[in-house]
Amino acid sequence: MAPILNIDDLTVSFPQPDRSIFAVRQVSLAVAARECVAIVGESGSGKTQIFMAAMGLLAGNAAAQGSVRFEGSEILGAPAPQLNGIRGSKLTMVFQDPMTSLTPHLKIGIQLAEVLVCHAGKSWSEARIAARRMLERVRVPDPARRLNQYPHELSGGLRQRVTIGMSLLCEPLLVIADEPTTALDVTVQAQIVDLLRAMREEVGMALVLISHDLGVVAGLADRILVMYAGRIVESADSAELFRGPRHPYTGALLKCIPTLSGPSLARLPTLPGQPPQPGDSVDGCAFAPRCPRAAERCRTERPLLREIEDGGARRVACHFPLSP
Amino acid sequence: MPLPVVAVNAGVGTNAGDSANDVLLRVADLRVEFGARAVLRDVTFDLHAGETLGLVGESGSGKSTLARAILRLIRSSKGSVLWRGQDLLACEPAALRPLRRDLQIVFQDPLASLDPRMTVGEIIAEPLRIFEPALNAQARSDRVGEMLERVGLAADMIGRYPHEFSGGQCQRIGIARAMILGPKLLICDEPVSSLDVSIQGQIVNLLLDLQRDVGTSMLFISHNLAVVRHISHRILVMYSGRVVEIASRDALFAAPVHPYTRALLAAVAVMPPPRGAAGPARAPLTGGPPIAGAPRRAEPAASPAAADFGCAFRDRCAYAVGICGTTVRLEEIAAGHWVACHRSQEFTASPLAPKD
Repeated sequence: MAPILNIDDLTVSFPQPDRSIFAVRQVSLAVAARECVAIVGESGSGKTQIFMAAMGLLAGNAAAQGSVRFEGSEILGAPAPQLNGIRGSKLTMVFQDPMTSLTPHLKIGIQLAEVLVCHAGKSWSEARIAARRMLERVRVPDPARRLNQYPHELSGGLRQRVTIGMSLLCEPLLVIADEPTTALDVTVQAQIVDLLRAMREEVGMALVLISHDLGVVAGLADRILVMYAGRIVESADSAELFRGPRHPYTGALLKCIPTLSGPSLARLPTLPGQPPQPGDSVDGCAFAPRCPRAAERCRTERPLLREIEDGGARRVACHFPLSP
Repeated sequence: MPLPVVAVNAGVGTNAGDSANDVLLRVADLRVEFGARAVLRDVTFDLHAGETLGLVGESGSGKSTLARAILRLIRSSKGSVLWRGQDLLACEPAALRPLRRDLQIVFQDPLASLDPRMTVGEIIAEPLRIFEPALNAQARSDRVGEMLERVGLAADMIGRYPHEFSGGQCQRIGIARAMILGPKLLICDEPVSSLDVSIQGQIVNLLLDLQRDVGTSMLFISHNLAVVRHISHRILVMYSGRVVEIASRDALFAAPVHPYTRALLAAVAVMPPPRGAAGPARAPLTGGPPIAGAPRRAEPAASPAAADFGCAFRDRCAYAVGICGTTVRLEEIAAGHWVACHRSQEFTASPLAPKD
């Protein structure tokens, strides 16, 4: 299947007077129709900046190089009118904090209907009916009443249902969800993950899930990309990744997650050290200073993301990958 | 010093057979109101010397309010906080101050809890200036340097400012400030929630090492059940401003009784996901927790006082029956295992099917 989003050799940097700070370095990835791809990484790893570039939402002082094609057309550097024909309708985004991504002084109904008025040419009365239907689809109880409420009158979980509904109004090809459950309580997180799963089946959009939480993406993603210091270090089928991580960073990350089963420990497993800052210049592998497997080669020669044995689905950027 | 008589619920939430002298902190019937809203109700538990008590619950359940009420950073309207037998809530401010050296707290947001205009050295030295004024500048600086190294930072970072550090490093600074006086109680309010998973373990292990060396008791607040499971001796579960269950770590995870505790455990994503499964098993929970003290939606005319009656979880509970609308108190269902649920005896006797 032809990918709907194609990112090729994308680099995002923030030029400073004396140097450049690199948030994303030479990232390539593709998302096929109806596919769910998760981008996992810690804060500062660059996972959000990739898709800010893809949406044309980079900060004014950022510079992007490379190529981002949506349905074949280049959108990196495209003029705003062209972007506005895509984003908000075919390509939409759900943000982490549903309080700040909704406008506080407009009723929910107006914010939802506005999307259809602007992007689908609907009248306000048609749009309002469609908005109510969408609230039903995303399982918001009592939708007619919610349309007349302001964001602050809704709980965090309901607000996130509203923003997910908003992202689906124009039947998008691709929804980018940036930490959609991070600001929510654990019981509500489970509900939102279930909703996203149901919407994938009902609407059939492709979904990019940006998250720091491997546990949240585990139940949703077909494929997981792991980022470290601005680069993709491992790409794998979701089940394969959990069955056997091949990059030492992925392995360490999985080990660090405390579990609810198994023996309880007096100490938590840790990953010593800290990731490099985006401004640091890195020779070789960025993970080498924290990696128990690092050898001299890792400090001088940067490993490329390459396919390893099993047929190309698994790609790892490591000179000495973990054995399967 | 003999312990004063505690009026109500003395010994609730404690292990059977513990001697009273072992109790460092005894919170009894604590109530906190914000305006007409009661955000903490009838909170009662003991904390023992050297113990780590995990405190879990969703946002708005009152975890942080409880931490602040214990330290008298906010006003309580009822109840007592007995610190080694002395009621902190009844203390004159002048009498409270010397006790504070033994009562320290580490906050959730590591950068926001450090004064941006003070150097790291000044931040960590401040408790010493207050409580050990006789110390000369050199001795104080030596103590700060030692503490910095103890929390895993280089002693030459002493002149730097908080913004120059990462989140994990800022949390180490906050821990150094809290531990430099060797407190008897350390309250940790979500100390690792804003940190990346690779850094979380480093900070938790640091807290455990310091606790072992100093003998500090810990009240460890977290919404992360997995972290709490690994480090707590006992765990207290809060819902909507009330304690719903207290048990030893093993009892709580092996045999949780309160329907809310069970829903909370079921909601935590299973790691790694079971092979071939559609996804992690999910809690049968719908809706969200009530805002503590807010009138229940089913009873729009209810006065705030009416909200005191009945189990706060009954709107979301799959097992709720008529009796759940009446006042429920913590009861000891097994040695050291306390539950506030009318149907707890039924749940422990045989597994029940949800009502629908």
